[in-house]
Amino acid sequence: MSAFAILLRRDLAILLPGGARGSAFLPLIFFLLVAVLFPFAVGPEPSLLARTGGGVLWVAALLASILPLDRLVAADRDAGVFDQLRLRGISEEVAMTARLIAHWLSFGPLILIATLPASALLSLSGPTFWRLLASLLAGTPGLAAIGLMIAALLASLRGGTALAGLMLAPLAVPLVIFGAGHLARVDMSGALFAGAFSLVLCAIAPFAAAAAIRAARD
Amino acid sequence: MHGFANPRRFLGLAKRLTPILLVVGLLASTGAIVWGLVMVPPDRLMGETVRIIFIHVPTAWLGMAGWMTIAGSSLALLVWRHPLAALAARAAAIPGAVFTAICLATGSIWGRPTWGTWWVWDGRLTSMLILLFLYLAYIALSQAVDREGASSRLPAIFGLVGAVNIPIINRSVVWWNSLHQPPSITTGGSSIDGVFLWPMLIAMLGFTCLFAATVLMNMRALLAQAQAEARLRRRAMEAEPA
Repeated sequence: MSAFAILLRRDLAILLPGGARGSAFLPLIFFLLVAVLFPFAVGPEPSLLARTGGGVLWVAALLASILPLDRLVAADRDAGVFDQLRLRGISEEVAMTARLIAHWLSFGPLILIATLPASALLSLSGPTFWRLLASLLAGTPGLAAIGLMIAALLASLRGGTALAGLMLAPLAVPLVIFGAGHLARVDMSGALFAGAFSLVLCAIAPFAAAAAIRAARD
Repeated sequence: MHGFANPRRFLGLAKRLTPILLVVGLLASTGAIVWGLVMVPPDRLMGETVRIIFIHVPTAWLGMAGWMTIAGSSLALLVWRHPLAALAARAAAIPGAVFTAICLATGSIWGRPTWGTWWVWDGRLTSMLILLFLYLAYIALSQAVDREGASSRLPAIFGLVGAVNIPIINRSVVWWNSLHQPPSITTGGSSIDGVFLWPMLIAMLGFTCLFAATVLMNMRALLAQAQAEARLRRRAMEAEPA
């Protein structure tokens, strides 16, 4: 098995539900909690919820993606995992690519599944639900990529994770605009733009995260 | 450029350049503001409120130029390991954030009588607001890095990622919604009458000199602080009983 596949398997074993880090259900629960809180705050009128619910779930997905960041890179950095990999000739870029895929798999699909009950709670219509699902599928890899970069930047700072939300939200604005904008359109342009931006972020993230891990070494 | 990697040579130049920039900046910006507030006639459509552009436009330019300074210095730090680049990026962050905040505040004040509201979710306003949040995130990150003695390349990576994303953020919010007037000054020419254009350009020059002077003073203060700390450590070591 190639080194990349082994890395990916290890990362998945750690990050997926039931894994060693044990925080995989946290974003899911948080996401559903926002869907429950919102009707308490604005009132349970179905037409209002149906009109605004999709956007609220997009913001909930963004906020939920912040939760797993504190343990995404820092624990392995402290344990010297990346130094060991480097000594064995595996670059930080390869390790970060595997980590990016594992990170998305650990929270993206769960949020997509949770969209079904959340849509019911917010009285979203059938077509809106499918559009929301498509835009979240296109946008959550971008959220994972931004999250990975920020987790790597903050890995060497003790009080760093408090900054994660402040750093993630401005960078994720286009994802929310395109992703939530997709809900009110008839064509696929919103999801396609969100997907395009996600691809850009996924292309940058392994390099930026790897540079951050190397920078933290000296 | 590496000639100025030596802090002493840089300090020598900065010491001579700071007062020049400061005086030119103060004269040009005060002159342009007085010109704009007193001598320029009121606009046909906007009336007296047009005068705020003599502050609004230069601060908007410097809000963006501030991040370009951060991005350029970050690149110099990451690629060439230029030792002063980290200082330049840190020194530009707070002035850039302040200019962005002034731009938002003046735009908001201008919007109240003109558009009838303090804030609209217009593309350009929104992208300036997000830029302000990026500045705040950058400042918070570089302060955390400073406090813990971590590598100054960490904020530089964030600065570059931000610079790559700013055009996308800008396009996305403009695509989303736009009420702001289209660009008045393009490379093809200007749709602003000369009577407004000249004081505005001079104000831009003046504010830019002030920005540069602030960044240089900030860099000198950061260098002086590092030197003072090093001297204190050295003297404490000398004072240790052998």
